[in-house]
Amino acid sequence: MPVFDYAPAPENREIARVKQYYQPFIGGGFVDGGGEPLKTLNPATGEVLAEVSTVASSDVDSAVTAARKAFERVWSPMPGAERAKYIYRIARLIQERARELAVLESLDNGKPIKESRDADIPTAAAHFFYHAGWADKLDYAGFSTSTAGPPQPLGVAGQVIPWNFPLLMLAWKIAPALATGNTVVLKPAETTPLTALVFAEICQQAELPPGVVNIVPGAGDVGEMLVTHPGIDKVAFTGSTEVGKLIQRQLAGTRTRLTLELGGKAANVVFDDAPLDQAIEGIVNGIFFNQGHVCCAGSRLLVQESVADEVLAKLRARVETLRLGDPLDKNTDIGAINSAEQLAKIRELVASGEDEGAQRWTSSCPVPEKGYFFAPTVFSGVESSMRIAREEIFGPVLSVQTFRTPDEAVTKANTTPYGLSAGVWTEKGSRILWLSNALRAGVVWANTFNRFDPSAPFGGYKESGFGREGGRSGLAAYLKGADDGEV
Amino acid sequence: MAKSERVSVAKTYKLYIGGKFPRSESGRSYPVTSESGAFLANASQASRKDLRDAVVAARSAFGGWSGATAYNRGQVLYRVAEVMEGRREQFIAEVRDAENVRPRTAESLVDTAIDRWVWYAGWTDKLAAVLGGTNPVAGPYFSFTVPEPTGVVGVLAPQRSSLLGLVSVLAPVLATGCTAVVVSSAARPLPAITLSEVLATSDIPGGVVNLLTGHAAELGSWLASHADVNALDLTGADAEHRTELARSAADTVKRVLRAPEDEPDWTSSPGIGRMRAYLEDKTVWHPMGV
Repeated sequence: MPVFDYAPAPENREIARVKQYYQPFIGGGFVDGGGEPLKTLNPATGEVLAEVSTVASSDVDSAVTAARKAFERVWSPMPGAERAKYIYRIARLIQERARELAVLESLDNGKPIKESRDADIPTAAAHFFYHAGWADKLDYAGFSTSTAGPPQPLGVAGQVIPWNFPLLMLAWKIAPALATGNTVVLKPAETTPLTALVFAEICQQAELPPGVVNIVPGAGDVGEMLVTHPGIDKVAFTGSTEVGKLIQRQLAGTRTRLTLELGGKAANVVFDDAPLDQAIEGIVNGIFFNQGHVCCAGSRLLVQESVADEVLAKLRARVETLRLGDPLDKNTDIGAINSAEQLAKIRELVASGEDEGAQRWTSSCPVPEKGYFFAPTVFSGVESSMRIAREEIFGPVLSVQTFRTPDEAVTKANTTPYGLSAGVWTEKGSRILWLSNALRAGVVWANTFNRFDPSAPFGGYKESGFGREGGRSGLAAYLKGADDGEV
Repeated sequence: MAKSERVSVAKTYKLYIGGKFPRSESGRSYPVTSESGAFLANASQASRKDLRDAVVAARSAFGGWSGATAYNRGQVLYRVAEVMEGRREQFIAEVRDAENVRPRTAESLVDTAIDRWVWYAGWTDKLAAVLGGTNPVAGPYFSFTVPEPTGVVGVLAPQRSSLLGLVSVLAPVLATGCTAVVVSSAARPLPAITLSEVLATSDIPGGVVNLLTGHAAELGSWLASHADVNALDLTGADAEHRTELARSAADTVKRVLRAPEDEPDWTSSPGIGRMRAYLEDKTVWHPMGV
């Protein structure tokens, strides 16, 4: 049989219009920050992509002050219908500049262009479009009370986002905050600040009033300055459970409201009656989408013993066909690991898996010599006590365990301090509903995986955080008295 | 010979753990007095071990209680109101002694407490409709969101309002399907213990509510740091301990209720904020197609 090879189909990097230098966005303008400038790399090559001015504590003060002023004078007094139109404008501008943003995202983050183009950027636009419609309909969102009247915004939100879906996470944070009448100071991740700063340009193009959105690039120290700033009314954080706990501790005893979207170690449960070919696609999508840099990744495969050998064989065969390499190539399935640091962490955890006795299988796909790459890897013979079964790897590494009975599957799936997402594969409807009920996770994908939509609430149980993003529930995080049992 | 007056049978007030009424394993007790200083009873002074036993009981009971139908939970909570009504006079006397209020006020507090159970009983099978729903996602999927109970809730009950305050913080936990470990008011624990006797005879499964008498300052830190407690209500904690407790709760990412700075007026309408705080949205997706 002839074998057809893919010819390279690279997206043009000029489309990203990468500038040499980017500045923080404070009070409606781009200004130099007082922090040490950072260099953001293209993880596919390890080369410097751009230099970014970062903020110092005084800049965080200015941003919070600008946001406060905008909140009090402009944004919260503005009728919802008018706020909505600004947010709609933003949604449209993201769509208009979608290709530019997609290429820039892939350059800065390392994710395959087909993912930034087909998932990240369109979903980010959808979040703004969805939330714009809420701005003048909050009275109908179910948070009004006879005593307090319609729900009120909190004030200034300090938001800190991760590097795995830079623009999409920004959209998850900023869209609901603006729709509910809050203003924002957002810190993008240290390694992926560029699309957030292009977003700032979009705010200018939308003529969003100055100070409503402020973007303050920097590292973890800037995040800490922001979340502990006394002028902040609300903190929203997406990132590691470790940092989430630190923020929760720092905010203990204050009146600052908090939502956390943290790590996960999702179980993807495959029963013997599952549509196996479909399940294989779902397993691959669950763990190898975005290089496994996904908090809700299906990183633990629980497969019923009777089909385990078959599933593993099919899985390896499928993974072997995944194309790893240039993120800008439209045929690439797996792009670059976001940073040298993350690559080192993945390697360390994979080594622990081998040391603890799990059987490693890694795709024989060619790995580029330059840049940060890790070939897709599947561990079998994994025990629940092993680090690769317990810790979030945040990379293209799948741990496979087996089970015999549905009850055992539930016990194994729930044996984790995390509770963000889970997957179920079976043709039996009653089993899907039973398992969806029994799994202690905020999102359950049945016969599918990694689906996201602005209308569908997303967020975790247990140590995966609290609060939801998306849907009506997501609004609660930005409204007074709506999510915290305040009586 | 003159007829002697009957001597009443005094009750030993104990803890309520896993559906049973044990004394504290520590053997400790402390005297409870009325506002004027008259001796009322010795209450058990719960220890760290009692608290851990209570958490184990609450965790074991969680599957059954959260898995019961909403209709069933509603009936059980309604039954609590029914049984309380039968003990109305006893509660009035205990609240009067505990809170040093006029009989008429005590009556009103007890009646409101009973009515709260009725109010919450009606919520069990409406929460999913009010807080959940289907999600009109942009794709060939059926997606819906349901509110589910977060798990075991640790409650430091109000220090002043011995019955209405307690019911106001406990009933929302149960209505959502969560189970509870409650530390009662330290100085006014007797109505709480009587309430536990009501709960024990109201078809509430053992372990769903565990009620400890003792000191929030001592037990609160164990509750806040316990890895098998999912949420924490700090209403009854001293102002100076709250930050420390909330900090300790962060180690296991507990849902911490933002307790009002001062004890609220429990007679005002409760709203659904407390129930919302104990619920987790779960979103389920399934493809649609042939």
